[in-house]
Amino acid sequence: MVDLGSGSAALERVRDFETAKGVAEPTTIPGNSSSGLGLVFWISFAWVLLMVLLAIFASVLPLKDPNFQDYNAVNIGPSLHHLLGTDDLGRDLLSRIIFGSRVSLIIGFASVGLALLVGGLLGLWAGYRGRWVDSILNAASLVVLAFPALLAILVIEAFWVPRSLLKLTIIFAVAGAPSLFRVIRATTLSFATREFVVAARTMGATTWRILFRELLPNVLPAAISFALIGVAVAIILEGSLAFLGLSISLPTASLGNIVNEGVQNNNLSLNSFIALWPSLYIFIILVALNLMADRLRTRFDVRAGNL
Amino acid sequence: MSRYISARVVQLIFIIFFISIVAFLLVHLLPGDPTLAILGPNDTAQARAELLKQLGLNKPLPVQYWTWISNVFRGNLGVSFLTHQTVSNAIGVAFPIDLELIIVSQILAFLVSIPLALAAALRPNRLFDRIATTSTYGMLAVPTFVVAVILVLLLAVKIHLFPATGFNPLAQGLGPNLKSVLLPSISLAVGSVAIYYRLLRADMIATLQEDFITMARAKGLSTRYILIRHALRPSSFALLAGAGLSIGSLFTGAFVVEILFQLPGIGFQLIQAIDSRDYLVVQGMALVAAIAYVAINFGVDVLFTFLDPRVRRA
Repeated sequence: MVDLGSGSAALERVRDFETAKGVAEPTTIPGNSSSGLGLVFWISFAWVLLMVLLAIFASVLPLKDPNFQDYNAVNIGPSLHHLLGTDDLGRDLLSRIIFGSRVSLIIGFASVGLALLVGGLLGLWAGYRGRWVDSILNAASLVVLAFPALLAILVIEAFWVPRSLLKLTIIFAVAGAPSLFRVIRATTLSFATREFVVAARTMGATTWRILFRELLPNVLPAAISFALIGVAVAIILEGSLAFLGLSISLPTASLGNIVNEGVQNNNLSLNSFIALWPSLYIFIILVALNLMADRLRTRFDVRAGNL
Repeated sequence: MSRYISARVVQLIFIIFFISIVAFLLVHLLPGDPTLAILGPNDTAQARAELLKQLGLNKPLPVQYWTWISNVFRGNLGVSFLTHQTVSNAIGVAFPIDLELIIVSQILAFLVSIPLALAAALRPNRLFDRIATTSTYGMLAVPTFVVAVILVLLLAVKIHLFPATGFNPLAQGLGPNLKSVLLPSISLAVGSVAIYYRLLRADMIATLQEDFITMARAKGLSTRYILIRHALRPSSFALLAGAGLSIGSLFTGAFVVEILFQLPGIGFQLIQAIDSRDYLVVQGMALVAAIAYVAINFGVDVLFTFLDPRVRRA
């Protein structure tokens, strides 16, 4: 995964290490560990779904204009009229956050979706066919992974102007594809020699059929579990970049630049809600994504160690 | 073993070559003319052509790359056209700040995570363990910039314990220096605490079920003595490995923290150089930071290969 200094990416590396050491991770999440995905998963899923729906239907919902500046209502706290209050320019924070979440969610899901499509298909192919395809793709993915992603993204973004949602999505997808490739390749490898694949091949199934009807359904849980972590990492990265003023340019709201506005010009002491709400939004959605990924991982016994 | 290491060395050389190409090409990705950025829009076309020649930017790309890379090998990364400071000098000033951040944050992370993990492992799946484990889960999920904002809000704005931003060099005394570095270090440490806690907790739980612990208990030793003197050392390999493996990512993590708290480390300088299109500084710093990152990761990987043969097959 993309390297961030803290958080999921670092833990992924440590998990690899743990599995290499043979240390099974004890149950980490309180909740039922029996069959099914558990309540925690479904609550998280519902939350993420709600946020996605809010972002999609933001312009249809009865929300105020996120860029409308009402100088008669500057820095007011949460009230019935402004559910989350307003910022130092009198803009409604609730609608700024919902519109701002569009950027984070689009980049998060679209870049990982793209990475999953490209990295996943190549991984499936490399894992099943092996030989030179596998060697070349494997080496290439290692080279990209060894690169400090944050640094690369910072520098590429700085020079590839003007920044747009599409460019950001592409950059994030390129950064994310190698790790998804490796996960899917490793999982495919572990299934490629199993009896049902051999049986399918002896029965004369085409490569196409084996890849998509036999292997893909088995590889999918691992892929989705890792993709969810990927979405979380992409949201963190986009947020950090927006915070630094290196994501979508102003005045388009994005969660990171709302936090940034909340820190500027003494806003933190005047009205800490500006920085608080988007931070809280990011925190909750990241916890939800991580919990979902973790439940899927435990449920389908996905091991990071066979990367 | 030697086969594994030589394969890694070849990979390392290839990656560093790749990094140098990317860093070199940055100049050519610059929209517009670098001389325009240096001289400003009002200078004559002749002066611009002269500067282009002086910078060697009119030669073919491979020649330019060769000139640049051979200079790099001699330690000459060029001069900032804004501050007229050599890039290697700027890196020499900035790098200790990154180093200090990483060291202080790691000390803090160990100080917090070890006692927490010991207490949790003593009674696994009981109340304390559940609370601690769940909250480390949250700590893993929060981005550094959110942690930093919350810390500044609580400790700098509400109770004025620390300065919110800025850096006091060590020359101004240890106290002010630590005070300006502490808040950024805590922000950086949060992620590490979560990782170290989880690693040590898992290994401690396993160690505490060993026979020699039962033996120590039977001898009537106190729980605290057993935990610290008997169980901690055999359980700390994964912890140290985790610490080693995360040095590389701490290095880039420090970037975000520096920019947030305006500490003039590599990350902060890099962003400033990007903003002012000071391309030689961007090029030099990106090159050095990327190589440092890759080399640190390589060093740690090889080191742990020596220490634990089981890592090799992973």
